[in-house]
Amino acid sequence: MSEREVMEYDVIVVGAGPAGLACAMHLKQLNEALNVCVIEKAAEVGAHILSGAVIEPQALDDLLPGWRDHPPPICVPAEKDEFWLLSKTGRKRLPNPPQMNNHGNFIMSLGALCAWLAPQAEALGVDIFPGYAAADIRYTDTGAVGGVIIGDMGVAKDGSRKATYVEGIEIHAPVTVLAEGCRGHLSKRLIQRFELDKDCDPQTYGIGIKELWRVETGKARPGLIQHSIGWPLDRQTYGGSFIYHLDKDRVALGFITALDYRDARLSPFEAFQQFKHHPSIRPLLEGGEILSSGARAVVEGGYQSLPKTEMPGALLIGDAAGTLNVPKIKGTHQAVRGGMLAAAHLAQSLSSEGFDRKLRRSPVVAELKKVRNIRPGFNKGLWAGLRTAVIETVTGGRLPRTLSNHADHRMLKKLDDYSPPDRDWVERELPPRDRLASVYFAATDHEEDQPVHLKVADTDICISQCTEEYGNPCTRFCPAGVYEMVEDQSGRNLQINAANCVHCKTCDIKDPYQIIDWVTPEGGSGPNYQNL
Amino acid sequence: MKILVGIKRVVDYNVRIRVKPDGSGVDTDGVKMSINPFDEIALEEALRIKEAGKAEEVIVVSIGGDECQQQLRTGLAMGADRAIQIQTDQALQPLAAAKALLKIVQQEQPGLVLLGKQAIDDDNNQTGQMLAALWGRPQATFASQVVLEDGTATVTREVDAGLETIAVDLPAVVTSDLRLNEPRFVKLPEIMKAKRKPLDVQPLADLGIESGHQLSVTRHAPPAQRARGVMVESAAELVSELKNRGLL
Repeated sequence: MSEREVMEYDVIVVGAGPAGLACAMHLKQLNEALNVCVIEKAAEVGAHILSGAVIEPQALDDLLPGWRDHPPPICVPAEKDEFWLLSKTGRKRLPNPPQMNNHGNFIMSLGALCAWLAPQAEALGVDIFPGYAAADIRYTDTGAVGGVIIGDMGVAKDGSRKATYVEGIEIHAPVTVLAEGCRGHLSKRLIQRFELDKDCDPQTYGIGIKELWRVETGKARPGLIQHSIGWPLDRQTYGGSFIYHLDKDRVALGFITALDYRDARLSPFEAFQQFKHHPSIRPLLEGGEILSSGARAVVEGGYQSLPKTEMPGALLIGDAAGTLNVPKIKGTHQAVRGGMLAAAHLAQSLSSEGFDRKLRRSPVVAELKKVRNIRPGFNKGLWAGLRTAVIETVTGGRLPRTLSNHADHRMLKKLDDYSPPDRDWVERELPPRDRLASVYFAATDHEEDQPVHLKVADTDICISQCTEEYGNPCTRFCPAGVYEMVEDQSGRNLQINAANCVHCKTCDIKDPYQIIDWVTPEGGSGPNYQNL
Repeated sequence: MKILVGIKRVVDYNVRIRVKPDGSGVDTDGVKMSINPFDEIALEEALRIKEAGKAEEVIVVSIGGDECQQQLRTGLAMGADRAIQIQTDQALQPLAAAKALLKIVQQEQPGLVLLGKQAIDDDNNQTGQMLAALWGRPQATFASQVVLEDGTATVTREVDAGLETIAVDLPAVVTSDLRLNEPRFVKLPEIMKAKRKPLDVQPLADLGIESGHQLSVTRHAPPAQRARGVMVESAAELVSELKNRGLL
């Protein structure tokens, strides 16, 4: 193999999300002389970012005092919170949990926020490289992380080099900051290699699917924040919806299904579409127009699943580490604070050593510890979960107990061992018609002639064992319809429509045999989210 | 020889175009913007000509607000030597764009001007032709192959009837079609180098060009939505259905 071209930096940040950008910006704020770059696999900053998002602004105040005078393009002050329990035909207002009191917060688009932060980071002297995927880790002679290897461009599906082939370069730095977001593919490798999760519970996740709509004039009530639990999910499946009313007749809505669900027949995409047809929701959307859609896994494990966040030569921050606060359904403020904390640490020494201790003594982890038992409380069902939530909230998380988390892919029940609840789902009329139509609104784009970036280790398992035991749940949990079982002369085969992938990482997480490995496609591929 | 390449900042070809609710234009809020794909092909061709030793310098020029510097920088990262921004906040129509480009042609005296055959936003397909006429030089449009030799460009054109090959004296205007080449990927270190390459800003007013409009746009509207299809059981039913609708 030829020697790759090399660029040198003081700090490499992988991922231009809120954690990565905050870290890079704060490094330059603390020491202008540091050379800092941010690698981003999306064609543009923000194009792979998807979040609710109601954002606590205090961390932004710390990063950019005065930001309120020139706010990001979507920024609507929170006005009113509503929390509902849905049944198929009705709904009941529940008292608002204190974690979900959003007074003083803002409804934003996290994608738009990051796109708005990027030029400000560049003005501080950060080099941002959108359209380049950090495909692999570069290790030093001592086995420490020594930077990243950018993915090659112009490789054909069969692995041969096309006329446009360009070898990816290496970027070397004393410290690499992994800010890839939930289930980052490099973070996943590093957690395994350095056994960063050996003293914590397995990480757990949810799959969030979101759409941005323009509704009929007058229907959106800017600042209104609505959450629901209950229908269309059964009592054993954790999840719920959000509807955030924006300005300009726009409404952001979405549905999160926890990936520890048991029913192999469940389709989280279908659950979201069903939710939209609830009698209390449907009138809001009727006559409206879908503008944008997408999906992204959400990290839910919290305090007890937080891996060690440092290793030789590298740090984990934001959702790559897993600092999202589930009861608040918020991770941005945690990501920004964590990113700034990493910057403060690195500005002193350019060494990862000691960061984990600092993070665990910081407000970031204190916030996670306080609510640590609320999410696992729902493992015993909706009512037990709500009871635990009340107890933990009243006691402020001071009870001497920590409920444990279990790996999502182990929770799926075999078809024969599980009788699914009667879903009793309704006939749908609102767009999108199906997952392919939904992918269209994600504007996802992958060059077709490139290697498949969803590596299935053994497709024989898919055809025989998985079909029998779980009925190929990948064909249902993927929100983009990437996985299909097709029959032709050669028999029944797994077809991977990799070009549809929206980079949500659900398959990598939920596949019961853990034989799917999500790797980066050619840089610049993937969804082109607008204002998600 | 210098080659001048025009590039336009347009809504990316992957983006679903949406008309603003009031019909005043296309919604560009939060939308990904890119170099017009035909212009990117034109630039790639210019770079290949330079790399083949037949040109010394490639200059990229764009007309627009400061946001189009992003596309100029991409052009520099691809390999252009320097960039010129004709600065204006107005969206120019083809004739004004051609007049503005002519001013740069007169300043730079290029041996070849390469443009995209059209921009994918308004699909006018006029600027290259108008520039050639104003400049009083030959034009070769819809190029799928360009061969330079002894002051002549032999250009294969994609025309309705197939392919047509013509020879034009240089200097000339050549506009690129889709099959001319496949543009390169930018290597990461080139982005850093591009930051240090010269980018000259010339306000449109200083060139003595008025952005005056010959065309007036009355309204933007999305295509009418297709009505839901009807499934028929037999050919007879199909015929009667067509008759009912007065289509037969």
